[in-house]
Amino acid sequence: MSGTLQRIAPQLIALAALVALVSVFYPAFLSVQMNDGRLVGPVIDVLKRGAPVALLAIGMTLVIATRGIDLSVGAIMAICGAAAAWALASGWGTGAALALALAAGAGAGLWNGLLIAGFGIQPFVATLILMTMGRGVAQLITEGRILTFTDPGFSWLGSGTALGLPVPVWLWLLAGLFVAALMRRTALGLLIEAVGINRRASALAGVNATVLLVAVYVASGLCAALAGIVETADIRGADANNAGLWLELDAILAVVIGGNSLLGGRFSIAASILGALIIQTITTGILLAGFPSEYNLVIKAGLVLVILILQSPRISAEWRLMRDSRRVQPKPAPAKATPTRPAPEDRT
Amino acid sequence: MTRTLMTTVAALALCGTAASAQTVGFSQIGSESGWRAAETTLTRQQAEERGYQLQFSDAQQRQENQIAAIRSFVAQGVDAILLAPVVATGWDSVLQEAQEAEIPVVLLDRRVDSAEDLYLTAVGSDLVHEGEVAGQWLVDQVAGEDCRIVELQGTTGSSPAIDRKAGFEAAIADHENLEIVRSQTGDFTRAQGKEVMESFLQAENGGADICALYAHNDDMAVGAIQAIKEAGLAPGEDILVVSIDAVPDIFQAMAAGEANATVELTPDMAGPAFDALEAYWADGTEPEKFIQTESRLYTQADDPQGEYDRRKDLGY
Repeated sequence: MSGTLQRIAPQLIALAALVALVSVFYPAFLSVQMNDGRLVGPVIDVLKRGAPVALLAIGMTLVIATRGIDLSVGAIMAICGAAAAWALASGWGTGAALALALAAGAGAGLWNGLLIAGFGIQPFVATLILMTMGRGVAQLITEGRILTFTDPGFSWLGSGTALGLPVPVWLWLLAGLFVAALMRRTALGLLIEAVGINRRASALAGVNATVLLVAVYVASGLCAALAGIVETADIRGADANNAGLWLELDAILAVVIGGNSLLGGRFSIAASILGALIIQTITTGILLAGFPSEYNLVIKAGLVLVILILQSPRISAEWRLMRDSRRVQPKPAPAKATPTRPAPEDRT
Repeated sequence: MTRTLMTTVAALALCGTAASAQTVGFSQIGSESGWRAAETTLTRQQAEERGYQLQFSDAQQRQENQIAAIRSFVAQGVDAILLAPVVATGWDSVLQEAQEAEIPVVLLDRRVDSAEDLYLTAVGSDLVHEGEVAGQWLVDQVAGEDCRIVELQGTTGSSPAIDRKAGFEAAIADHENLEIVRSQTGDFTRAQGKEVMESFLQAENGGADICALYAHNDDMAVGAIQAIKEAGLAPGEDILVVSIDAVPDIFQAMAAGEANATVELTPDMAGPAFDALEAYWADGTEPEKFIQTESRLYTQADDPQGEYDRRKDLGY
């Protein structure tokens, strides 16, 4: 547990600093009220609006841990949203529509996985195919218009409330906890990291890398399906042109802000989700602060840059040095008091 | 009602004149939005009603496809060409070819930067005027009472966002009781419209301090209406909602009393274009170089349910 805390400390600090910064421009940022049995406030909005990217980041973390990348998640969101809306519009029930959307996401992930693990196509190229093609598929399903539906059960997933919190928050919380537990309570996480560090070596050591790779892309597809369901349910309509547009980039950014290496290997799902919340805090903060919209992207890019620089290997090494030297200085006499060992990094 | 009557009368009148079947080539940009799909549907309908043969070409957002289509129209010797240009530049030579073949070209919806004598006329909407109509409606609606307005802008830097903002601001400029207190981009989408509206509500005392919402398109307004409802307020009553485009879904919202007004960006650009062409064919009348389509205001009093039924099958 303390290992996890230490791992996600940089993200927690970044988030706290960001909240402080936003509070300067919008003092009521941290205020939360109870309203008709549900919590309302800017923080709740961040948790809710961050849901699609947080969900995508869960799957993306696994993919990136295998040294891959999934550029198609935004398009998969559009496909799954369109499939669900189509199912609802043609009179299927809520459950059937959900099942169809999840199946579409898993199918898209399977397609990616087979291209990558089966045919050995580079992940960047393989998922780029679905990224460009997928939106076309979604537009075919919706016939190019916004397909609307009125299904209270389905829209509850996007804008409903459970136990005081918006349903999308529960979705990413539960998905995150489930995947993290699956990875760390079993050897699965270790195997994925092994594949990411050296696929050949892990295969020689008896890890079935092919199946693992396919499974990881299917997981990413399922996460994208959930994100697509949330977005579609939220606006009660499938907007094939815009659903999930460019969100794959936000998801990758969330993973990177989470301190995960794009070269694969060690990963932390909690840190990636924090990365997603950091991105959403910036977005919501800009909206609340009331800057002219021309500044949105510049402010966002600037803040992300600062966070990434503070987390960069060189700067964090400096920090560790400062911290360790301070820890040693007060009590120089007893040598055994604080053994200076390198801080345990990257442990989840 | 009068509109239906007028079109019927016009259609009847035309049956007499268009005896010889004219062939018209139409180079459309693509089908990137519901509005454009509706424009294509209405152009086909208009051509059918008037007894023209329509040669349709979908350029899939590429200028080279449009140039190729126009060249093939010229080679076929069509009687007129409709062009919805994907970009403003690079049309000189192909327009010249059409002119040398004595085929009139009418631009739809967007303009080009070629010399004016290379085309017969351009049919389009005045985006600034649309914003003015929306602003004027709000000025009349609040009738002198104080009103704090929030604005959902289109995609930052796009010409509809710039012009619709300018028009609205011009309309409320002389009325000190009206004030835009928050303005942010919603990127013309429902999801963004909803998210940004949520933050507006949050920042303006749970929405209690907002009197009206002005959205640069209907889709953002539809998203914002949901945000207002989820905040426990009544859109259309607690917060007035005015937007632009007149897509079918906003009429549904108006029928339910959740939106108040919309300004139409008519997808019927072909009607005025064909009118101008008929006059030109008949006796060589040169129309004005820009034919502005009507930016009609629709409110809850204008039979929103009927308007929805009329529009829902146009391909929006």
